[in-house]
Amino acid sequence: MTPPLASFLQDANFIRVLYIVSFALFIYGMSGLTGPGTAVRGNRIAAGGMAIAVVATLLNRGTGNWGLIALGLGLGTAVGVPAARNVHMTAMPQMVALFNGVGGGAAALVSWVEFRDTGGFAHAIGSHAGEPTYVAVFSLFAAIVGSVSFWGSNIAFGKLQEILPGRPITLGRPQQVVNFALLAAAIALAVVIVAGSHSEILIIGLLVAAALLGNSMVLPIGGADMPVVISLLNAFTGLATGATGVALNNPALIVAGMIVGASGSILTGLMAEAMNRSIPNIVAGGFGGGGVTPGAVGAGEHEGTVRSTSAADAAIQLAYARQVIVVPGYGMAVAQAQHAVRELTKALEARGVNVEFAIHPVAGRMPGHMNVLLAEADVPYEQLKEMDAINPEFARTDVSLVIGANDVTNPAANTNPDSPIYGMPILHVDESHSIVVLKRSMNPGFAGIENELYYDPKTSMLFGDAKASVDAITSELGEL
Amino acid sequence: MLVTNLTILVLAGFVGFAVISKVPNTLHTPLMSGTNAIHGIVVLGGLLLIGFSGNDVLNKILLVIAITFGTINVIGGFLVTDRMLEMFKRKPEPPPARAADDDEHPSP
Repeated sequence: MTPPLASFLQDANFIRVLYIVSFALFIYGMSGLTGPGTAVRGNRIAAGGMAIAVVATLLNRGTGNWGLIALGLGLGTAVGVPAARNVHMTAMPQMVALFNGVGGGAAALVSWVEFRDTGGFAHAIGSHAGEPTYVAVFSLFAAIVGSVSFWGSNIAFGKLQEILPGRPITLGRPQQVVNFALLAAAIALAVVIVAGSHSEILIIGLLVAAALLGNSMVLPIGGADMPVVISLLNAFTGLATGATGVALNNPALIVAGMIVGASGSILTGLMAEAMNRSIPNIVAGGFGGGGVTPGAVGAGEHEGTVRSTSAADAAIQLAYARQVIVVPGYGMAVAQAQHAVRELTKALEARGVNVEFAIHPVAGRMPGHMNVLLAEADVPYEQLKEMDAINPEFARTDVSLVIGANDVTNPAANTNPDSPIYGMPILHVDESHSIVVLKRSMNPGFAGIENELYYDPKTSMLFGDAKASVDAITSELGEL
Repeated sequence: MLVTNLTILVLAGFVGFAVISKVPNTLHTPLMSGTNAIHGIVVLGGLLLIGFSGNDVLNKILLVIAITFGTINVIGGFLVTDRMLEMFKRKPEPPPARAADDDEHPSP
């Protein structure tokens, strides 16, 4: 005889109500992310919703195998907590890619087990009564998309972590054919399963085809496009989660999955727009890190020469400016220079120089990546200006200090119709009175394109590690 | 049941669009990592199924991996987002000194 409290807690309706509470908290929490003041609380509210959803699931009558549940939760915590605690802010994009990948992997594995539990979707699982055909359709969708997301995210992680080369790895023209063939194979296997074949080899084949597709989809994409890819794969995992929710008849999964699917799609669209590229064009790959034919870019055709400068000269230029705009890019992230940059801007402000930051939407390896880094270094939120707000300011600016940013400052995007980035909205750095570029070498950026800005007579280049250069300028400033 | 679930699916999609479109560019990285944590909810799938997996060893192995993956996704995702957002919350020390500087050197 079950005690009354336990039977109340295990009541299917009570559990459903808990799910409703949990997804309401997700939505409420996410809406807190609209401002920096409420964002921390919003994220914690969403985490609270997640805790409620987990508890509700554990209350289910069918739940068992507690030892294995504890093992899984324990292992996940043991891996997740230190990873999240110790990751550098600069490595955030690959961390997100990794977390995203394991989520997709979990969705694919859950689908595989559903297949095994139901004898290949021949009957319903336990109390989860559901029409086997539609369970099969949604579950197999989750299997394909989750598997693509898992493998694709791992490749993206490898590229961002520089375990794999950032340049596109491609089969060339047949790449698209191969991708379509893999997708077609996965879908065909799914159709065969839904039509009533229950052989396990079918779902294994489906997972393998989707895994190969995940690899062959992301390998040809250059490092510069990785942010878009991660965002896209994030949306994929969301959709896989939503589909798993339909298959398992679980509203919390459906709502959470769809919110992620929607947000991932929005972000992907915004980023593609910021680069003036279409999503199919990005996924088609081959762009970035040397994939561009040099002839079209006009590399080496520049008449002008590059003028290099010293830290002392740059310090003088900055010290006597009235307005300085700092343009940070991935180079700042790589060199971990954000704190040094903050010190430099403090020193300039102490001299009465008005300092602002120009943040391009795709600067760095993730949208908003620069904001995170600069916030880490305590740069006031108000000093970070988005592209449209800052662009009119450049013409009134004495010195633009470009730190490890490249393609987002390239005037060719406005002037050279032959350039692969023609039409991409850029920061109008070339309009300022003078420009100081901190850069490691003359190597082109991730897009593999020569930057005309460097040949501008107003531009001087300070070569070296961004952090070392910024530190040098700051100490020269102190001696003025 | 299918129709109910599809209704939830479609409505949730619209809610997602409505909520997320308001997030400013600045917060896009935390947004991505926060939503990333939320799809870790797929861990529930593993938790639900493991009770039904009977004596099938492969099922158990697959589900323990799925639960581990999902947990990494959830816990790691929320923690890392929290770390990032804390940095945004830290208010810049209200700078009376800077305001004075600005007065001495008025911007053009």
